[in-house]
Amino acid sequence: MLIELKHIEKDYGQGEQKVPVLHDINFCMEQGEYIAIMGPSGSGKSTLMNIIGYLDMPTRGAYLFDGEDNSRAGDARMALVRNERIGFVFQSFHLLSQRRAWENVALPLMYGGVPKRERRKRAEEALSLVGLEDRMNFYPYQLSGGQCQRVAISRAIATRPRLLLADEPTGALDSKSGQQIMDIFDELHHSGMSIIMITHERAVAERAKRILYIYDGKLSGGENE
Amino acid sequence: MIENIREAFDGIRSHKLRSCLTMLGIIIGIASLIAISSTIMGTNEQIKENLIGSGNNTVTIQLYQGDYPFESEYSTLPEYVPILGTEILDQISKVPQIAKASAYYSRNAYGIIWDGSNGLSQGTIYGVDNNYLSVYGYVIRAGRNFVDTDFSQYRKVILIDKQVSESLFLGEDPIGKTVEISGEPYEVIGEFTQSTEFSPVISSIEDYYTYHTTTGGKVLIPYTTWPVLFKYDDVFSFVIQATGTDDMTTAGKRAEDILNATITNESTTVKYKSKNLLEQAKELQELSGATNRQLILVACISLLVGGIGVMNIMLVSVTERTPEIGLKKALGARKRKISAQFLIEAGVLTCIGGILGVVVGVGLAYVISKVSSVPIFISGYIVTATVIFSFIIGMFFGAVPAVQASRLNPIDALRRE
Repeated sequence: MLIELKHIEKDYGQGEQKVPVLHDINFCMEQGEYIAIMGPSGSGKSTLMNIIGYLDMPTRGAYLFDGEDNSRAGDARMALVRNERIGFVFQSFHLLSQRRAWENVALPLMYGGVPKRERRKRAEEALSLVGLEDRMNFYPYQLSGGQCQRVAISRAIATRPRLLLADEPTGALDSKSGQQIMDIFDELHHSGMSIIMITHERAVAERAKRILYIYDGKLSGGENE
Repeated sequence: MIENIREAFDGIRSHKLRSCLTMLGIIIGIASLIAISSTIMGTNEQIKENLIGSGNNTVTIQLYQGDYPFESEYSTLPEYVPILGTEILDQISKVPQIAKASAYYSRNAYGIIWDGSNGLSQGTIYGVDNNYLSVYGYVIRAGRNFVDTDFSQYRKVILIDKQVSESLFLGEDPIGKTVEISGEPYEVIGEFTQSTEFSPVISSIEDYYTYHTTTGGKVLIPYTTWPVLFKYDDVFSFVIQATGTDDMTTAGKRAEDILNATITNESTTVKYKSKNLLEQAKELQELSGATNRQLILVACISLLVGGIGVMNIMLVSVTERTPEIGLKKALGARKRKISAQFLIEAGVLTCIGGILGVVVGVGLAYVISKVSSVPIFISGYIVTATVIFSFIIGMFFGAVPAVQASRLNPIDALRRE
């Protein structure tokens, strides 16, 4: 079992203004699974992803990653878990504009304490996995949206994480680039990567092996295809 | 660390105009600090140079009545002040801080020295012993020095300096010429000069008062001839040479005490007082220091304002770079890493500002020295200190924005696009 969520609840705000966002979320994910989470905006899917990605803490419940519960472990510990175990892909890429492609990929390696010389080598490997080894020294503004997202994916996998979290990875792309990105996710899945993808596009979600639906903070589905 | 500094430069480079404006406050503050301190130090260096050059570590001790030198031309010496002989010099020379001592009489030379119809309109006439020349570091340039028989036989011989020679003899060789002093003929036997040529740099009225005595014309006669010339016994003044510049004040005080011990009335205002260039120079330094301290205060305030400017810009920068901070946090950057990044950016920014400020300040100091002919002295120590100081300002005022950045919640930070 890679991750396990038990009775996860999340409220925002305090006292009178308290707004419950997630209700009693339970689900498990095996190593190597490819899961899509679908839901309309405001359904709580981003909150769920933040909790899975250690960017946010659940109000109640247990979240086990490799059997450990670090979900309320504090800034330093959670930063370490994010760095070592999770790779993030965002809708808007979030590349640093003053950095070359390989430097963007090497960023999490720096935070992970990888020696400088090795960082470049590993960034190059990660970029070649998405077919951008010839664009290593390009700046983000010299790359197309699809290429930027591929750089972002290689940044996410450069640390060899246990879990890849993608939040609307095709949301900002044209359909052709989106296709390419989805193909890369397929490849990564075939090579054994565990992936959770959040999307509201059915066509994208259907590439996953399992789709979860979230409405008003409640998780349903979980049927395997 | 190197990564952080690189990041800081990236941040500065990507907002060139804003960074320049931020640095402006620091640049102005540091530049004015450097300009002011180099003029202060220049003035002090100048004073020191003038002292070493023109003072020869000499201290003169004269009889004073209250705050003014006792004038035996116009007042009668009180009976409790004895006329001292040169024997007192043996006692004075025993003081460890005193290398040499000499006794002399002096009067205004105005209107009493004539070469035919050509009279001396300024300068001083001295009745000196045979130590006088060596205490002041004078050497005979032409002719001969006084010899023992000049003193024992009350000879009417004089030594003159170049200034007197030029005004009396208009460039002719003075040796062997006869001049008239109070109607008596005196033979010029030699011309003396400073062993090392030195003219103090005079850049203010205070400087002039301090140094001008050494640049007046001098006429020397044997002290034994003095009573013959002026018809009665004058009171000696003394000049001593201290063993070092730092000993000047002590040496003067010790000699003062020895001389005042001869005065039998303790409550009188007639007393020997020492006067040395070092003390006067200190007064000069304090005078310039007091006004400049206020200028330094103003410069420090402008640095403070510059620092607040840095804080302001860094706060804007944190807000602007929220997504970047969020991303870095998501990728595993810890709080400490984020705050270090902003601290170092502020530090680098003010450090560059400091270096530019030094450059501008040095330029400004040169302009000041050209325009107002004030000497400047640029100290490496001050330059390093101000750059470090500006770095500290950056760290100090960067602290608030840095902490704010590190506390950002990564989700909020990422959501803001």
